[in-house]
Amino acid sequence: MSSLSDVANAKAPRTGPNRALGTGLEARGVHAWFTKHHALADVSLDFAPGSVTALIGPSGCGKSTFIRTLNRMHEFIPGAAMAGEVLLDGKDVYAPGIDVTKIRLQIGMVFQKPNPFPSMTIGENVLSGLKLAQLKTENKDDLMEECLERAGLWKEVKDRLGAHGGSLSGGQQQRLCIARALAVSPQVLLMDEPCSALDPGSTLRIEETIRQLSETMTIVIVTHNMQQAARVSDYTAFFLSDGGPGQMVEYAPTTEIFSRPKDKRTEDYVTGRFG
Amino acid sequence: MQTVPAPREITTEPRRSDKVFRRVVTAGGLSSLGILGLITVFLGYRGSGIIFEQGFSFITSADWTVSYDESGEVVESSFGLAAMLVGTILSALVAVVVAVPVSVAMALFLNFYSPPSLRKFLIAIIDLMAAFPSLLFGLWGFLVLMPSVEYWAKLLNKYLGFIPIFDVDVYIFTRSPFIAGVVLAIMIIPIITSVSREVFSQTPLDRIQAAFALGATRWSMIKAVVIPYGRSGVIGGAMLGLGRAMGETVAVYTVLNIVFQVNWQILLGAGGNVASLIILRFGEANLYEIDALMAAGLALFMLTLLVNGLADFIVKRTGKSGR
Repeated sequence: MSSLSDVANAKAPRTGPNRALGTGLEARGVHAWFTKHHALADVSLDFAPGSVTALIGPSGCGKSTFIRTLNRMHEFIPGAAMAGEVLLDGKDVYAPGIDVTKIRLQIGMVFQKPNPFPSMTIGENVLSGLKLAQLKTENKDDLMEECLERAGLWKEVKDRLGAHGGSLSGGQQQRLCIARALAVSPQVLLMDEPCSALDPGSTLRIEETIRQLSETMTIVIVTHNMQQAARVSDYTAFFLSDGGPGQMVEYAPTTEIFSRPKDKRTEDYVTGRFG
Repeated sequence: MQTVPAPREITTEPRRSDKVFRRVVTAGGLSSLGILGLITVFLGYRGSGIIFEQGFSFITSADWTVSYDESGEVVESSFGLAAMLVGTILSALVAVVVAVPVSVAMALFLNFYSPPSLRKFLIAIIDLMAAFPSLLFGLWGFLVLMPSVEYWAKLLNKYLGFIPIFDVDVYIFTRSPFIAGVVLAIMIIPIITSVSREVFSQTPLDRIQAAFALGATRWSMIKAVVIPYGRSGVIGGAMLGLGRAMGETVAVYTVLNIVFQVNWQILLGAGGNVASLIILRFGEANLYEIDALMAAGLALFMLTLLVNGLADFIVKRTGKSGR
């Protein structure tokens, strides 16, 4: 237990929320359903701009469902429903008449399994978001280099930007997906277990990337790996389902969650007594 | 020093039931090859005499005449398939050009736009369309479709007549390869739609979600993910359709004016079709001409193989893998 809190304390301290990055993302009383199944109940969370928030909890606790309500990916599942509000800069992303493609441009997402577009080259993959959202850019080459640089991939791929995305290793593919998400300059980046399919070396690279990115954007990361939550996040939310819908049990600065959790269930989970 | 053992041969003895099953499926697998092979041998056996007699002019000449004396002996004969082969290719190409966009649009609608209840209904209709007798398509094409297609053909000729294939020497627009192609298009739409729908529906969900998560609209997602993924499947479906269009007999026979003269003008009412030629002549042909028709059948078979092979080659050469 102490080791996790040591890890959590070892990070460079933050100087408070960076208000230049907008007022941030806020969930208010979010519920989610899959047809009749109530998967998530009453989650309210305020993500501070320029912070990293980790969502932890055992499988089936609704954390992935929650993250997918934030950028409206939840509704792709047939029969999916939600209640509550998700506010981006104070505006409800579920408000009637809102253009959902614009929401997803501002709230980017990286998935569990690396999913570069195999029909595109590495370079085309990075810029694919611009094409998909029909955005124009002044200088594609600079943007491509900047995004790959920020995703920590530039050095490895700069000589083979014309190769196909599928020719990279799993960890490189995932960093390519991060670079792709960065190219449309989102305010918020959601990461749904981004390292669960990767080896430890690649995981470390991505964690470094996350720490660097958090200086310019708000990051929400779902992870099963508590070491990872302790290493990368400023705040941690613990989700749990007691057979019914998943709920948020505790939300606190990461150092506190791992050193002195208030709830007994959180303590049991972070000390490895279950889950 | 350690001695390296000789590698053992690794074997496995399948059970009796597995052996039997293996024989059954092998027989099934080889039967298609066997049937096709026997037909080819038969056509070759019956037709080779005529092909050797006519030489190269069998495919380069457009003349198809046989004359007999009073006793029924052949006096003079000339068998040339050029007009029929050109006509077959033209009407099949028209069919594919018309059918592929319609089918792809239909498949995309069924997979990504249609409400689930409508989807089931439409799929049933399309399957029914595939099983519809081709003669009825032909009759409907002749009685109903021809007048309207004639109007479109005139429009095409008026505005695109400067392109050689849309030009006509004589103003006869009925029973043209274009009309035959449109009737064929309706016949092959179900098969191309089914194949395209199937392959589009297998597009990996994570790629679709990746596109949406990047702010894609439905259409831009389809362009970037679904079409590259399904491209080779759509082309495969188009090949199946093309094969069917080239071999179709009755429907074409009903709507096409068969003329023994090579005609590249698709809107002009003079066309050819190998399969229709065989039907046209078969009833009154004597044994000698039947051999010639068998040779024509062989030529049609070879043409189908050639076109499929060529298309396969083009796909492999230009294929950017979307998988």
